[in-house]
Amino acid sequence: MEMTMQKEDLTEILRQHPFLFGLSEDHMKTLIGCASNVHFSEGEHLIREGELANRFFLIRTGRVALEIDVSGKGRLRIQTTGPGEVLGWSWLISPYRWHFSGVAVADARAVSLDAECLRKKCDADPTFGFEMLKRLTVVMENRLEATRLQLLDMYDLPAEGAAR
Amino acid sequence: MHILEVQHLDVLLQALQRRNYSVIGPTIRDGAMVLDEIRSVENLPRGWTDEQGPAHYELVKRDDDAIFGYVVGPFAWKQFLYPPRLRLFAAKRDGKTFDVQGLAEGNTPRYAFLGVRSCELHAIALQDKVFHTGEYADRHYSALRRDAFIIAVNCVEAGETCFCVSMKTGPRAESGFDLALTEIIGEGLHYFLIESGSPRGESLLADLPHRPAEQADIKRGEVALAAAATTVGRSLNTEGLPQCLNDNFEHPQWDDVAKRCMSCANCTMVCPTCFCSTVEDLTDLTGDSAERWRRWDSCFTSDFTKIAGGNIRMSTRTRYRQWMMHKLAHWVDQFGAFGCVGCGRCITWCPAGIDITAEARAIQETTLAVKAS
Amino acid sequence: MTKEAYGAAAQQAADPMLIHPVTIRRALWETDDTFTLTLDLANALPDFRFLPGQFNMLYVYGLGEVAISISSDPARTSSLDHTIHRVGLVTTSLAHKKRGDVVGIRGPYGSSWPVELGKGKDICVVTGGIGLAPLRPLLYTILRDRDAYGRVILLYGGRSPLDLLYRVELEKWGNEHDVETLVTVDRGDTSWKGHIGVVTSLFSYIKLDVRNTVAFVCGPEIMMKFTIDELERRGLAPDQVWLSMERNMKCAVGFCGHCQLGPTFICKDGPVYPLPRIRPLLDRKEL
Repeated sequence: MEMTMQKEDLTEILRQHPFLFGLSEDHMKTLIGCASNVHFSEGEHLIREGELANRFFLIRTGRVALEIDVSGKGRLRIQTTGPGEVLGWSWLISPYRWHFSGVAVADARAVSLDAECLRKKCDADPTFGFEMLKRLTVVMENRLEATRLQLLDMYDLPAEGAAR
Repeated sequence: MHILEVQHLDVLLQALQRRNYSVIGPTIRDGAMVLDEIRSVENLPRGWTDEQGPAHYELVKRDDDAIFGYVVGPFAWKQFLYPPRLRLFAAKRDGKTFDVQGLAEGNTPRYAFLGVRSCELHAIALQDKVFHTGEYADRHYSALRRDAFIIAVNCVEAGETCFCVSMKTGPRAESGFDLALTEIIGEGLHYFLIESGSPRGESLLADLPHRPAEQADIKRGEVALAAAATTVGRSLNTEGLPQCLNDNFEHPQWDDVAKRCMSCANCTMVCPTCFCSTVEDLTDLTGDSAERWRRWDSCFTSDFTKIAGGNIRMSTRTRYRQWMMHKLAHWVDQFGAFGCVGCGRCITWCPAGIDITAEARAIQETTLAVKAS
Repeated sequence: MTKEAYGAAAQQAADPMLIHPVTIRRALWETDDTFTLTLDLANALPDFRFLPGQFNMLYVYGLGEVAISISSDPARTSSLDHTIHRVGLVTTSLAHKKRGDVVGIRGPYGSSWPVELGKGKDICVVTGGIGLAPLRPLLYTILRDRDAYGRVILLYGGRSPLDLLYRVELEKWGNEHDVETLVTVDRGDTSWKGHIGVVTSLFSYIKLDVRNTVAFVCGPEIMMKFTIDELERRGLAPDQVWLSMERNMKCAVGFCGHCQLGPTFICKDGPVYPLPRIRPLLDRKEL
């Protein structure tokens, strides 16, 4: 659900989001053209598995859970992302499709950035594109490290002789 | 310093027995110098010596009548002060509850140890740090230790696997004994130099026929001890050794020794300072009575470091490393002294002949540590 | 009864290996493999006192012992809680015990959380799985004197929502005692509306005043390693971080040698350590 907002207010919101810390004023101006303020109620989907990845979200408040449907197991929630974090990078990687669904588990406010708009601007201004990539790489690295830890299943201590 | 005639060694034994000591000393059994109860001088290994080397131990007849003419046998005095098996408590079931009876006081034997080498005196002092004078005291050890009467015997010959000089633990017995003997033999002479090291040693000496030693006698003792010091078979450079081992935690030498080590745990059993143990809880068939026993354990066993997630040290490589680093590095942090006294038993009794001095040297000579400029 | 108890306590000092029978007041399952035993002290050991972070050796008659952290409030002297993970022979036997059954205890052993160092500062507790058990006495102690401390932050991770311990208390601490409580799980289902991810991911949602914070960390070793890295990344000085370590324990008094981690005996030098002491040892594989 999009909300109308003054451009100046939106710029201020963007400046305060950790993902964009250190971004130059010029690049901020480049970005703002693709940005809009959005709100999701608990239970609403931000992204759906399989659909076109046409948006990139900077989460401001609330919590978003990444879900995936596994036949036989149903819907599993594998990670949450929250204030100060981002949702999605498939918008930058062809064929631009979401691999997971993202659902708000608490009322969420975010800034939505149009992916096609962002991709065009990255192509037009490589330095802007590099700034986006630099930040996304950090996000991916953190996410990868966290996922690896989750894989270790480190709390699992099977009883001696147990099947698990 | 005094003189005790050889023929009066018997009087020493009897004086100890009169004071209700159970005299433990060297005797030959199963082709080795073992420690056992000595009832008379006949039990002592007169005229025998030991030939030791890596994975080699043999008793050989001497061409003289020396009574203490050997180095060290496989086992040390720890088998008495810290027995291989000890019942810690008995418990009886009583309905839903149970009643635990610990070790009764005053039930421990009074030992007199006859023939303690200098390295062994140091080993006893090291085990004292663990069981007797540390944060917690083992009551059984403390009781035995307080009562134990120690008669040291100075080494006048060294063994091929000995390196007491490197570890500063011999050959001369400096302290920690009640009486100390030095056997003077040769050129038609055979007697003991004897000195006391404590009030109760002094008191026992007073009961023995003895006369003051002359300068010539004392000189003979010095010469013999000096000879022993120069004939120790091995050496270990202890300078900076703990730091060197810590800096070489992943040195390839550990892989090399792991190819040879069989994790048989012989070294930990014969080592006079190794103190690891485990506990076993047992019940009888009815379950009405239960016991807990303590027995010697070894860091070489596969389950030694088992926790809920698995074993921490999973291979011979890391277990050998633990043993050696504990002995030559961690002991220093824990107790202020090396855990090794240079007795050479681990070298002699290792079936693969692994030599702790050679392993240390290999790492020291090819250290991976970058020197700070 | 009092005289016998006094005698028992005196004997305890003389023989650190002597075991005291105590009766189970309550046996409660916290998750499908973790349970808490409440042991009666009032009759058997009225003088028993412990500090947060310490542990007892629990004895099952005829079977053996296991080292378990004490997880109750140190100020409550009438009984003792032990939260136990059922994983081996002795813990499985303990899992079958009921109210009225008798187990043996000896202790307390080991070093404790230096709660005094946190006075006037913010406290950050980071824990996962059963690691919360030895930290619960610390939290009780802090909450008893809440005004003496700044912010109290609890970051807690579990395998799944059903594996979380002390859920009622977690809520209570958050709602009534001014504890910033963030809970996460490694895997959630659609009914779980909380965080999903490793416990270190929770650091994104709190802002630490690193110049004025003391951190207490307990959990699987790998979790502690990543937590330490995260705290370091945020600028917390190592001497403001305390961990609780675990190794195989048999005697609890430094005799048997099993619990050694390099030069330190976890039973008597630990289990609680300042990070500078333990850091070089944590980096060594199969130490």
